[in-house]
Amino acid sequence: MKRSGAQIVWEMLRHEGVEVVFGMPGGSIMTTYHPLQDYGIRHVLIRHELAAAHAADGYARVSGRVGVAMATSGPGATNLTTGIATAMMDSIPLVCITGQVASSTIGSDAFQESDITGITLPITKHNYLVTDVDELAETIHEAFYIAQTGRPGPVLIDLPKDVQCAVTDFAVPEDRVDLPGYHPDCMIDDAALDRAAERIESAKRPVILAGHGVVRAGAREELRLLAERMEMPVATTLLGKGSLSETHPLSLGMVGMHGAAPANHAVQEADLLLALGMRFDDRFTGCLERFAPHAAVVHVDLDVSEIGKNVPVDVAIVADVRDVLKGLLARASKASHVAWIERIEVLRADAKEHEVLEHTDSESLTAPHVIDEIWRQTGGKAIVVADVGQNQMWSSQYYRSDGVRPFVTSGGLGPMGFALPAAIGAQIAAPDAEVWVIAGDGGFQMNIQELATVVQEDLPLKMAVLNNGFLGMVRQWQEFFFDHRYESTRLLSPDFARVARAYDIAGERAGTQKESEDAIRAARSPKAGPALIEFAVTSEGDAGNVYPMVPPGAALHEMMRRPIAVGSKGQGAGR
Amino acid sequence: MMRTLVSLVEDKPGTLNRVVSLFRRRAFNIESLTVGHTERPGVSRMTIVVDSARTDSRKVEQNLQKLVNVLSVEDVTDHAAVLRDLAVIKVRTAEGTRSEIMQVVSTFRGRIIDVGLETLVVEATGPDEEIDRLVEILRPFGILEMVRTGRVAMVRGDVMEANNKKAR
Repeated sequence: MKRSGAQIVWEMLRHEGVEVVFGMPGGSIMTTYHPLQDYGIRHVLIRHELAAAHAADGYARVSGRVGVAMATSGPGATNLTTGIATAMMDSIPLVCITGQVASSTIGSDAFQESDITGITLPITKHNYLVTDVDELAETIHEAFYIAQTGRPGPVLIDLPKDVQCAVTDFAVPEDRVDLPGYHPDCMIDDAALDRAAERIESAKRPVILAGHGVVRAGAREELRLLAERMEMPVATTLLGKGSLSETHPLSLGMVGMHGAAPANHAVQEADLLLALGMRFDDRFTGCLERFAPHAAVVHVDLDVSEIGKNVPVDVAIVADVRDVLKGLLARASKASHVAWIERIEVLRADAKEHEVLEHTDSESLTAPHVIDEIWRQTGGKAIVVADVGQNQMWSSQYYRSDGVRPFVTSGGLGPMGFALPAAIGAQIAAPDAEVWVIAGDGGFQMNIQELATVVQEDLPLKMAVLNNGFLGMVRQWQEFFFDHRYESTRLLSPDFARVARAYDIAGERAGTQKESEDAIRAARSPKAGPALIEFAVTSEGDAGNVYPMVPPGAALHEMMRRPIAVGSKGQGAGR
Repeated sequence: MMRTLVSLVEDKPGTLNRVVSLFRRRAFNIESLTVGHTERPGVSRMTIVVDSARTDSRKVEQNLQKLVNVLSVEDVTDHAAVLRDLAVIKVRTAEGTRSEIMQVVSTFRGRIIDVGLETLVVEATGPDEEIDRLVEILRPFGILEMVRTGRVAMVRGDVMEANNKKAR
């Protein structure tokens, strides 16, 4: 059948099972938008192309499917890039389709021309500039295949205007793809699996490090079974949060710069690390030379280039985490580590001593109080989408994952402004779920325009803006390491509740723990639609800083702890 | 130590850019890179030389392998392989030096491919160390211009690069 390039785009998106596309039309992509209504695919019109990429990302993280973003050439395409880089760093399957000026004018600096395949070369898993309409269907099929197989990632397809207009004979391409240089399937090396099992068997102080790969592979159940059978405590990366319920007795919480103290100590004292689908990022390891000095490392990852990249490895298995866990379960007999578990209980008791929730007076409102309250009221059953900075670290610490629902945040790139658009995607992927945005006053203003999209799409999003009047994480570093000089970090913000109301979103403000509880309850009431709560939280001192903190250059066990005897206010140095 | 990687890549627009962009992005130092056609249409062959003191050649290999347009990568350093570099060198000649230069060139099994009034153009192929020596010997005569292709490599005998076979 005869189809234009524009029609082929939608034919193929439908063929790939796409239900929703996030985007915004413009001069070089409007030809593709033209036939959209004939194809029954939902299009979410965002207010800035960056939000399209982040929303597609949030959708992908929650649905497990490929997120699709669409934008015009030039500025539309370049606006996507931060979102594409975010997806690349966190291995999120995206397909981004951009318009391009007509083939005949490429290279002439035409209006709204940008070399988006060149620009996105290092931040995509692969990209295409389609110059022949006869290759379009095949290219889209390949793009979806590449995005979601192996280690997932973003793929960009750049579509010149003339290719969108050109008409050709269209047939859905065969299922198999012809990619001779792409081999996403890994064979498990049984000998390596045997060696890994032996290491685990003989370990006295083992720790499992669960990363994003566990979540992506859908290996939560296998992880829990192995941890329980071998009595191995489980620590996670930021994106591995959610791989095991954080109320499980073997859960240690997150490792890293702002990891849980028991998790950080356990890694430093461990004699074996079973690292699953994670990449030993610098925020995770602290000082690399003194990371886990006593531990043998068994590293499981799909991506061979991650093996030995940062940390020397004793046993490497390049394979899907779930398959490896199944292989280990088949080999592992029951084990117990009484002394090790006792040691971890000591570390836990010590962490409780430093806990801010135990020490601040009942009046002042801190960010941990707010997030703890959201956790209590939602019973841990909300999908939390955290922004970047202090709010993100507190979210990871205080919104204890139930091991089922995803915790959505940007782990690698860390773009402020991620949470609101990503939550739009998350809510669309899970319309019946309770989705909470947790963001700071700085990050929320980076994509605040998407409040319009929330209303337009009728999404019951709950938004918590933790307002401490600062770019909080930078301020914390200035307090600790830059002589308390708060250079350019004090922020002027609008009245967020009034801004929300201007968009027809319920807006509240809370300044005490009581107000906070009430506002969260009201926002969650069954008939409440979208709601935004601005929380005026402690901005400085021991209750305004994220603890623990592993200072730059320090090893994990050298983390700064919250001083034990503190009031909640004032300018405490925090050391 | 210099390590030599041989990579077969799809001959598509932008493939070389992808490879080079990867080296830049990962801060890999490359000593030389050659690219050219192979016996198969649509497939190009790259020879990449890496100084392992500065860049971990295994990381280069692993990361190259991830590029969709890269069909295969193999480190041939530890194989018996023929390694060749081609140099074209324009040397200044003066009274009495012309025959001396020609003698040197023939010792290195090079050829004189152009003769000017005060210049000779020399062509030489061989392992890169041999070309290095020729260059050193010619330098005192005055090298006016030089171009070298960089190393190309091929494993000796009936053995083809394992990946080469797989990629067929």
